[in-house]
Amino acid sequence: QWQIAPPVTFQQQQSRTPAPTPQATISSSAHNSSASTTQRSPLIVSTNSAVSSYPYLNPLLFLGFVLFSAAVSVMSAPISLAPGGSASRVSAKSGLEAATERTRQPIVTGTSVLGIKYKDGVMLAADTLCSYGSMAKYKDARRLAKVNDATLLGAGGEYSDFQSITDLLRRNALEDKCTADSLYEEDVNEECAKEVWNYLRAVMYNRRNKMNPLWNDLVVAGFSQPAFGEASEENKPFLGLVDKIGTTYEDDVIATGFGSYLAIPILREKHRPDLEEGEARALLEDCMRVLFYRDCRALNRIQIAKVTKEDGVLISDPYEIETSWDSASFVEPKGQLEGDGGW
Amino acid sequence: FFFHGHRRSTKLPARCGVSVATMSGALSHQHQPYEAMDHGIGQAHGQAHTGKSAETSNLRPTELSSGTTILAIPFPGGVVMGADSRVSTGTYVANRTSDKIAQLHDTIWCCRSGSASDTQALTDYVKHYLGQLAVETGRSPTVKVAAHLMRKLCYENKDNLLAGVIVGGWDAVDGGSVYNIPLGGSCIKMPFAVGGSGSTFIYGLLDSEFRPGMSREEAHDLVKLAISHAMARDGSSGGIIRTVVVTEEGNAREYVPGDQLPFGP
Repeated sequence: QWQIAPPVTFQQQQSRTPAPTPQATISSSAHNSSASTTQRSPLIVSTNSAVSSYPYLNPLLFLGFVLFSAAVSVMSAPISLAPGGSASRVSAKSGLEAATERTRQPIVTGTSVLGIKYKDGVMLAADTLCSYGSMAKYKDARRLAKVNDATLLGAGGEYSDFQSITDLLRRNALEDKCTADSLYEEDVNEECAKEVWNYLRAVMYNRRNKMNPLWNDLVVAGFSQPAFGEASEENKPFLGLVDKIGTTYEDDVIATGFGSYLAIPILREKHRPDLEEGEARALLEDCMRVLFYRDCRALNRIQIAKVTKEDGVLISDPYEIETSWDSASFVEPKGQLEGDGGW
Repeated sequence: FFFHGHRRSTKLPARCGVSVATMSGALSHQHQPYEAMDHGIGQAHGQAHTGKSAETSNLRPTELSSGTTILAIPFPGGVVMGADSRVSTGTYVANRTSDKIAQLHDTIWCCRSGSASDTQALTDYVKHYLGQLAVETGRSPTVKVAAHLMRKLCYENKDNLLAGVIVGGWDAVDGGSVYNIPLGGSCIKMPFAVGGSGSTFIYGLLDSEFRPGMSREEAHDLVKLAISHAMARDGSSGGIIRTVVVTEEGNAREYVPGDQLPFGP
């Protein structure tokens, strides 16, 4: 796992000239949790292990499942495994059916994602909370995902749509890999972050035109290959945003959701292109702390992820950030009889 | 015939999803096929799921809410009142250091939830009337009187208010007692009272942990534990836990900082 070094506070760094490079223990890139919305309950896990322990049952179950899905798709049942649902769905405008034909509301939602470019590449931060309305239901949801060795994706908004987007991008990457001219890694031309960003723009805009958006604000971070005819041969750091209706822009600092109101001013003030990793992390943590104080749908448990030329994409394990609760406003009570009636 | 002129016409709250007009005729297509539950997650089909609880779904867009967690547990000799410190407008935390436990009289306090402005106004009225009553009768009012005064204000103005309060305190007649006054203006004396949007997450915990006749320390610990559990799951509750232990001798105020909660956020 990537052991991220402790954050170096921004104010301290400005007084010293050479910033100490944190000794990061870098091993294989961090694993991502599997794309599965269902929270695995102990019951299901035990059933699986019981089933898999019986050697002859698995092929039969698989065959049964294949036949079932074939039967379902052949019979054109009202529900279907195919993306977008059954093609032969009767367009009844009442109740349940009508709900799938217009823009839905997000149900399980993630809040802000922050991103900044720094000296070695690009860094993203997001908390690990997915809310179910106002309830903080899923406290270990991973909202930063690796797409390929040059691209990192973070998303706020509907979590199931984010999972479907990462599935789509990984499926594309696999198809590219399998249909490439060469099987050798060094010859393969992976999609760079800017290509992913442009592709997502097309995806989101297309869904918006069908009045059925993927309800996400996506942050794409990574490196982009030089454009044709550009002088420099170097891959440049890239940071861009794609929102739910297909709006795109790129910038040195990006934030979605509440972050665009609370964090962008801080990021714009403190950002420099030559920020060290410790400084960049401290800056992002400061912004996440403000968001935890002021966003009802935020959590103080966050993840940091970075894309660098040497190490590719690394996503940290979630950890808790420090918060401060000892200012005078907290200590002084306000509701007493002789008080001023303040809140 | 004798009919009190000030009696309002009964009107079903808009939250129920059925208007009076359709009730009179035959069941028209406007009748909701699913019951609109009060929780934000269980609203009727066709309506947007907006994640708003009963206390906050009828607020105007910019109205401040103390969608909150409030709790009061009596013990022999007094009452422990507790609340979180978050006031929100929509999903923005307008005030993370608020004080939702207001003092009505020397040893009578109330916990406020719902619209911040409505509950502040109610508290001011009750404070005023209780002070007057104490002067007129020459002795401290009882918690029962304070609770019913609050109830009267909440009930008679039920169409214009969004307030759920818990009145608790110590008096020489009943000792420590707690009254719950939810939306609508009922007044119910309870062994312990919990309210606010975060309360839904801790009913199970309180049902299993509460015992009548707990000591002062046990009640205080349970208040802090339950509120921190509610703050961990409710988006509209958070910040610090403020508690007041009300006894014959006086009031002991305490607060638990947000990084020292019994159960983490």
